Amino acid sequence: MTDAWFAGADPDDPESGATRVRTGSASAPADWPAEAVDAGFAADETDYYAKLRSATLAAASEAVAERERADDVQLAHAVRAMDDAERTANELAERVVEWAGTLYEDVPRGLDGVRDIAARDPKTAAEERVVSYATRAVDLLDERDDLRAFIEERAPTTAPNLAEMAGPVLAARLIALAGGLEPLAKKPSGTVQVLGAEDALFAHLKGRATSPKHGVIFTHEYVRGTRPQDRGSAARALAGKLSIAARIDHYSGDYRPDLHAELTDRMETIRARADEEADE
Amino acid sequence: MSDDSSAADAGAVLPDGVERRTFGGRERLSTEGAQVYGEPVDADGWRAWDAGRSKLGAMLELGMDTGLVGGESVLYLGAASGTTVSHVADFAGPTYAVEFAPRPVRDLVGVAEDRDNLFPLLKDARDPDSYAHVVEAGIDCLVMDVATRGQAAVAVRNRQFLADDGRLLMAVKARSEDVTAEPDDVFDDVVAELDSAYEILETARLDRFHADHLGIVARPK
Repeated sequence: MTDAWFAGADPDDPESGATRVRTGSASAPADWPAEAVDAGFAADETDYYAKLRSATLAAASEAVAERERADDVQLAHAVRAMDDAERTANELAERVVEWAGTLYEDVPRGLDGVRDIAARDPKTAAEERVVSYATRAVDLLDERDDLRAFIEERAPTTAPNLAEMAGPVLAARLIALAGGLEPLAKKPSGTVQVLGAEDALFAHLKGRATSPKHGVIFTHEYVRGTRPQDRGSAARALAGKLSIAARIDHYSGDYRPDLHAELTDRMETIRARADEEADE
Repeated sequence: MSDDSSAADAGAVLPDGVERRTFGGRERLSTEGAQVYGEPVDADGWRAWDAGRSKLGAMLELGMDTGLVGGESVLYLGAASGTTVSHVADFAGPTYAVEFAPRPVRDLVGVAEDRDNLFPLLKDARDPDSYAHVVEAGIDCLVMDVATRGQAAVAVRNRQFLADDGRLLMAVKARSEDVTAEPDDVFDDVVAELDSAYEILETARLDRFHADHLGIVARPK
């Protein structure tokens, strides 16, 4: 049995070959043109390449259409669901650990404790209930992990530059907060900078507080990992590049390595301030 | 009139199907095929190959000995929207074009529709298993034009497609590997990493056309 793309494909139907091109794989290449002729898939080498061309063209067109439909709305729902799952799992975990503590001597704290309880073999009716309850919490944690994996897979195709710069999860959060990739692409970078800090922003606009320096982008290492007095600069630089990334992703969709290099340069300059002052 | 005179000046022989022709009073590389990106086309249907937009074009323009003769099988990694690979398909044989980003592949499909020997693949060059069931073994020429970190590792991983007497043609972009390091240091590291699978035949800076790029010609060990 061969792994060749034409194995099992109908020679007269480019669509069946296209599906194999998209979903197949092999651990090593081989002399596919000769194998195809031997297997009777193609009459000769010329015929093979004509069939290969039809199949690869169809496969690439379909894959592009499908991946471009990879929806920013799906991403936004997935990241919200991931947060729901995590928040709820933590809530259940608190109850599980507290309850289990009355039945067992040795209950590890937090989410580890929940996994530990869920794996136990209940001896009494009460233990049965607490183990069952722990199992729900563990399922929810697994769901959260699956949602994260889904986001990590989808974000780079939906928004390649944003996902590279922000990381898939933060990219999804920004898209969710803005209400989609297009709305995010249309927001000024000052708005991107404080997305997720709406409470603080409105407090500021009402004159009750200073303006927020950052919203959800605080979770990015470039902001969190910069010393407090330079965080405003870091957040501004990051938000500026993130909004450019969102615009490229929405309007063109190709990956621009230079953009990421520019941000790296800028961040090094900002962080160098701390070293300079330390030298003085 | 001879198209080969200036090629001889440049020191290396151009593959069959690549000629120096005059466009707007200037001698430029060109291939014969359907227009792709608004490049000038002469009365005979030859289209200018812009070395400023193509690393492989720059390697040929600078006279590197690519070993290309015309008609060979090619695996092109990092085909993007097909600017360079369209010229390659004009003079080469079966040409497999791998690109990971969906948006450029939409354009690449358009380029392939005008050519019988160009096979577009929306695949990740870091994962050769995902296209080894399509790309044949014993490829004559592996072109590496991926602008990501770990370019040498990708070249090593794709060694399996190359015939023993085949050629690796690679353009390394220093800024893709490490924006802060000196380009020369980056190039040394890349060449060192290639050494596990390839014998380096020639290297040249492409700076005249592409800043901080190194062109590499190598053959499998």
